[in-house]
Amino acid sequence: MNLFQEYLQPKSIQDALKDLSSATGSVAVVAGGTDLLLELRQGRHPAVDWLVDVSGIESIRKITMEGDQIYLGAGVTHKQIISSPLLYENARCVVEGCGLIGGPQVRNVATIGGNVAHALPAGDGTISLLSLDTEVQLTTSEGSSWGPLIDIFTGPGKVNFDRTQTLITGFRFQRKGEREGSAFHRVMRPQGVAIAILNMAAWLKTGPDGEIERARISCGPAGPKPFRAYQTEEFLAGKTWDDETYREAARVLGDEVSLRTSAHRATKEYRHKLLPVLLENVIEIALQRANL
Amino acid sequence: MTELTFIVNKKEYTLKINPDEMLSDVLRYRLKLTGTKISCGEAECGVCTVLVDGEPILSCNYPALKAQGKHVTTIEGLADGEELHPVQEAFIKHGAVQCGFCTSGQIITAAALLNDKADPTDKDIAYALNDTLCRCGTYPMITNAIHAAADKINLGAPIEYPSFDFGGGYDIVGQVVPRPEARKKVTGEAIYTDDISFPDMLHGVTLRAQVPHGRVKSLEIAKARDLPGVQAVLTAEDIPGRVNHGLIIQDWPALVGVGEKVRYVGDAIAIVAADTLNIARQALDLIEVEIEPLPTVTNPVEARKEGAPLVHESGNLLKHIKVDKGDIEKGFKEAEVIFEDTYYTPIFEHAFMEPECSIARLLEDGQVEVYVGSQIPYADRDQVAEALGVPYDKVRVKGPLIGGGFGGKEDIAGQIHAALLASATGKPVKVLYDRHESLLVHPKRHATQITVKLGFKKDGTLVAAQTELYGDTGAYASLGAKVMGRATTHSTGPYIVPNVKIDCYAMYTNNPPAGAFRGFGAFQAAFAIENLMDQVAEELEVDPIELRRMNALREGSITNTGQHLRNSVGLVECIDKTAQAVLEFTDGQDPFLSRTVPGEPNKRRSWGFAVTFKNTGLGEGAPDNAAAEIEILEDGRVETRISSAEIGQGLVTVLQMITAEELKLPLEQVNIYLSDTDLTPDGGPTTGSRQTYISGNAARFAAITLRNSMLSTLSEKFNLPPDEIVLEQGVVKVNGKILTFAEVGDLMKEEGREPKLVYEYKSPQTTPLGEPGDKHFAYSFAAQAMEVEVDLDTGEVRIVRAVGATDVGKAINPLGLQGQAEGGLIMGIGHALTEEFIVEDGKVFTDYLSRYRMPSIHHVPDEIKVIIVEDPTSDGPYGGKGVGEISTMPVPPAIVNAIYNACGVRLNRIPVDQDWLAGEIAKQGR
Repeated sequence: MNLFQEYLQPKSIQDALKDLSSATGSVAVVAGGTDLLLELRQGRHPAVDWLVDVSGIESIRKITMEGDQIYLGAGVTHKQIISSPLLYENARCVVEGCGLIGGPQVRNVATIGGNVAHALPAGDGTISLLSLDTEVQLTTSEGSSWGPLIDIFTGPGKVNFDRTQTLITGFRFQRKGEREGSAFHRVMRPQGVAIAILNMAAWLKTGPDGEIERARISCGPAGPKPFRAYQTEEFLAGKTWDDETYREAARVLGDEVSLRTSAHRATKEYRHKLLPVLLENVIEIALQRANL
Repeated sequence: MTELTFIVNKKEYTLKINPDEMLSDVLRYRLKLTGTKISCGEAECGVCTVLVDGEPILSCNYPALKAQGKHVTTIEGLADGEELHPVQEAFIKHGAVQCGFCTSGQIITAAALLNDKADPTDKDIAYALNDTLCRCGTYPMITNAIHAAADKINLGAPIEYPSFDFGGGYDIVGQVVPRPEARKKVTGEAIYTDDISFPDMLHGVTLRAQVPHGRVKSLEIAKARDLPGVQAVLTAEDIPGRVNHGLIIQDWPALVGVGEKVRYVGDAIAIVAADTLNIARQALDLIEVEIEPLPTVTNPVEARKEGAPLVHESGNLLKHIKVDKGDIEKGFKEAEVIFEDTYYTPIFEHAFMEPECSIARLLEDGQVEVYVGSQIPYADRDQVAEALGVPYDKVRVKGPLIGGGFGGKEDIAGQIHAALLASATGKPVKVLYDRHESLLVHPKRHATQITVKLGFKKDGTLVAAQTELYGDTGAYASLGAKVMGRATTHSTGPYIVPNVKIDCYAMYTNNPPAGAFRGFGAFQAAFAIENLMDQVAEELEVDPIELRRMNALREGSITNTGQHLRNSVGLVECIDKTAQAVLEFTDGQDPFLSRTVPGEPNKRRSWGFAVTFKNTGLGEGAPDNAAAEIEILEDGRVETRISSAEIGQGLVTVLQMITAEELKLPLEQVNIYLSDTDLTPDGGPTTGSRQTYISGNAARFAAITLRNSMLSTLSEKFNLPPDEIVLEQGVVKVNGKILTFAEVGDLMKEEGREPKLVYEYKSPQTTPLGEPGDKHFAYSFAAQAMEVEVDLDTGEVRIVRAVGATDVGKAINPLGLQGQAEGGLIMGIGHALTEEFIVEDGKVFTDYLSRYRMPSIHHVPDEIKVIIVEDPTSDGPYGGKGVGEISTMPVPPAIVNAIYNACGVRLNRIPVDQDWLAGEIAKQGR
C-alpha cells in the first residue's frame, strides 16, 4: 500500500503534461510537496498511482521583468521570493507574505504555484498576489492562457480547472509604478495550526496630494474563496487617509466580507475585531511605501 | 522499486528504493545514517533537516527520489574528520545540547545559516531556526553557540565556555564542564532506540480503540493473520501473564479483550508484527473490531457526581486527598478579608522530541531483552516480566539515549507489546510510535480545577487557606494519586499559613490518562495560588512582592502539612534578588504599572511576579533510594553504574562530576553507565527532581566508599596511615610513589578485595500525609518575574524580559543548571501562551504536532536573567537539591499577573486565549 507508485520528475512543461495525460490510474501534481505529501501520508488525500513533481522544471523557476510586467514562475520557491531584489522592489506584499511561511527548510521547497493551487481561503502567498491584480497562466496540452488569478478559485481548496491535466505555470502583475506601494500582515493564533486567523494585503497608488488614488485589498479567510474587497477598494479611491476614512473603510470592509467562527481557531467576532486592525496596518505601511 | 543515485556526505550511492520512500527513511534505515532523526514526521519540527545541494530541507517530507543526482549533507558529514565544525564545537561548549534529539537538525540549519550570513544577528538566527523546535528549550544557548561559531569562522576567535556567577567551590563540582555524551550528540553518533536494528527485525504496530468508552463485542483477526508477511497478531487472550500494568495501581490493560471495556481512545485492542511496517499497517486495516459505545465522562467535576458513567467498576474516584492544619473555621473568623476564586489548567502534552520506541528480542538463554528510552527502567522490567508471566530476571531492560521525557516516559508505552510479539515470533520486534500515536496514547499533564480561598489580616498576614482541587487523571491511574497529592500540598503556596484545609479529588475520566509531567501537580497549584495572591495584593493595597515576602516560608517555618523546615529555605533570598533585578530593569520604577510602548500606541507593557516551591524526591512516606555500583576498570578508568535516566537534564554529567570529584580524577577518566537492569543497580524513577540528590548521593557515597577501600589496601600494603595517601589528578601518591588507578585496582585484587562495590543510598525518611514528620526531605524555591507586552487591539501577548531566582541548594553542574533554568522557563511560556491539548468528548483534537504548538525560538524573551541561590540542604550532595521541575512552575502565573498589570484583565485559565483577551480588553472601553 504505497502512497504513490510512480514518482515522475519531468524537466519541461511539455513532458509534465505528457506524463499527466499518459498516467494510468490516478495522478496528482506536486511541487514542494509541503502540503500534498502530508495529506497523502496522513490519509487526508487518497493514495495516487502517479505523482508528477513539477519542481524541477527550470522554465517556471524564474522571476523576471518583461516590459512593465513582473513574471513569477509557478515553480519559484518561497526562498527565491524572499531573496529577490526585483520582488522586494515591486511586490513587497508578496515578499512579506511568503516570508512568514515556515522556516528555511519549508521555504526552500514550497512553491508559490503550490500555495495558489491549494486554493486555501487564507493562503498567505495567494492573498498577497491578489492585491497586485495578478494574472495566472494555466497550461494544458492545448496551450497556455492568461486570466485573472481571482477567477480560478471556486471554493475552499477548489479551482475551476482539472488539477490533474492543467498546470499553473506562472503569474504576472504590473511592476511598481510611481507613488505605489503594497504591504501584507496577518494575525496568528499561538495555539494550533499555522494558518492565519486573518491575513490581509493592500496595494495603493497615491495621488499628487498624498490621497489614495486607487487601492486594492485582499484578505482571508473572508469567505469560501480568497477574497478581494472590491467595495472597500472603491470606497477608498480618491479618499484622503484620515480617521474618518479609516472608520468608514473598516465599516465597508466589515460589511462585504463573510467571516465565520472556526473551532479552536477564532470566533467570528474576533475576526471582525481584527479586520480594521489589519486594514489600518497594511494601508498605513503601503502608504508610507507609496510616498517614499 | 526504482533506482536512486545520489551523493551523501561526498560519497556516491546507488540504491533500489520504493518510489514513495522519504529521504529520512532512506538515510536512516537504508544507509544507517541515523544521525538524522525523525520526531514529528509531519514537517513541523525541523529535527530531520539535512542539506540538499547546500540548502536545508525537511527530509521526513522529501521524497528520496527528489534527491536524484544531488548532494546530500547529513550531520555525519559536517565535521572534517576529527575536527568538528565550529557550530558543533560551539553547541557542546555553550550547553546547546540537552536531550540531543533535535541537535542534528539545529546544527545543520545553523550551519546553513552561517553559509548564507557570516555574522547573523539574533533576529537572523530566530528567523532561520523559526521552525526547528527544541522541547528542552535550549534556544538561548543555541543562539549563543551560533554567535560563537560565527566568531570562530570569521575572526578565528577560539570558542570559550560561558562563565556563571554561581557554582564553583570544588575542583570539579560547581565548575563549567561539557556533557560527556555531547560530542556524540553533535556528530550524529548518539544512539537512541530507533537507531538500533537487528537482522530479521519485525515491525510491531498497535490497533487503537479510537472510541473513548465502550465494550469490545467482537474481534476478528484471521484476515490480518493470513496477510503474507504478517508474523503474529496478538490479542488479550495471548498475554501469558498479567494483562494489566500500572506504576502504582495495575488498572491499565496492555490489550483490551472481548467482553472488556475500552476507557479511552488510545486503548490497545490488538498488536501485529510483520516483516515491514507497511505490511503491519495493512494488517491493522484487516482486523475487524466491534466496540459498543458507552456514555462517556470527560470532566473530573462531572465524574464525581452521582450517576456519572463509571470509568472503572470501583468508581470514578481514584483518591480523595486531604490536608488539615489548625482550625480552618477559626482561621476565617480571624481573617479581616477573604478572597476566593477558581482556576483552570488544561491537559498539556510533553511533546518530547523522541517519540516512544521499544525493541524486544529473545536471547538464547530465553531472557527477553528490551531496549527502551525509559525514565524508570526497573519498573519497565517488572511490568514486562509480569505481562510475560516470567521472573523479573528473565527480562533485561537496556536504555539507549533518551530524546526527552519530562515525565512522559515513566509509564509503559510499547515495551510490553514489543516483548509479547518477540516472544510469540522468536524474532526481534521494534514498536515505534509515530507522533500521531504518541499524542494519542501516553499520559499527559492533569487538567485541573482549583478553588482557592484565602483569609488575610488587613496588613497582609495570611491566616487561613482553604483549597479544593479536581484533577483529571483520565482513563488509568498512572501516577495520578501522587501527582494530585503534590497539587494538594502545594496548593496553599510556599507560605506560612496557620489554618489550612484542603480537599483534592483525583478523578478517572474517559480522557487520555494523565501522569507525571514536570511540576507534577505542583505546577497547576502554583498557577492558582499565585494568581489569587496578586488579586489579594491589589485589594489590600500591598506590594505584590512584599505580600509574598511577608508570608514566605523561611527557616524554622512550619508548612501546611506540619513539616518543620530546618534548613535550606532560600525563598526570601529568591524574592529579594528577583525584585532587585526587576528594579534594575525598570530603573527603579514600579514594575507593575502599565507602560506604553514608544511608537506603538496599541501596546502596553508590565511585569508580573510569582513564587513557588517544589519538593525534591518522592516523599510522603515512599522509600526513596538508589544504589550505585562503582568499579576501577582494568584500564584505570573508574565506572559508575546506575539505572537512572539521562533524559536531557544532565544526570550523566552530574554523576561523572561527583565521581571525579570524590576520587580526584580528571573527567575523562570516569565513565558513567546507565540503565541496564542486568548490570546497573536500581536508581529509582527519574521523577520529582530527585536524581541529582538521590542518584547523586549514591554515586558520591559509592565513590567515597571505594576511596576508603583503596586507602585501606594501600595503607596496609605500604604501612602508612590513610591520611598520608593522597589522591590527586587521576593518580594516587604513596610515599613519594605515584600509582595509577589501574595499579591500585591490581593491588586490591591481589589482596582478594574487588575494586568494585555497590553502595545503597537511602534518603532521609518521610511520612505519609496525616502522620507527623517530614513529608519531604528537601524543597527548592523560586521567584519569577515576567515582563509582557499586550497588543490591546489583537490580544496578542509577547514576553519581553524574564528574570527569576531559584534556590537549588548547590549548583553542581552550572552549565546544565543554566540549561534547565532557561529551558524550564521556556516550557512555562509554552504552557502559558502556545500549548493546549484539546480533547472533545474523549476524542483527541490535537492529534498532530501541527495542532499542538510548543514554543519556538520566537517565543524566547529578548532577555532572560537566571539567578541561582545556593542555600545548601543538609543531606543533599554538596548541599544540592532538585531543579528539573521548578523553573517551569512560576512562569504561567507570573505571565497572567503581568497581563493584568498591563491591560487590566485577569485570566483564571491558561493558555491565554488572545481571542477572549481582546474581547475583554474591548469591554473596558477600548
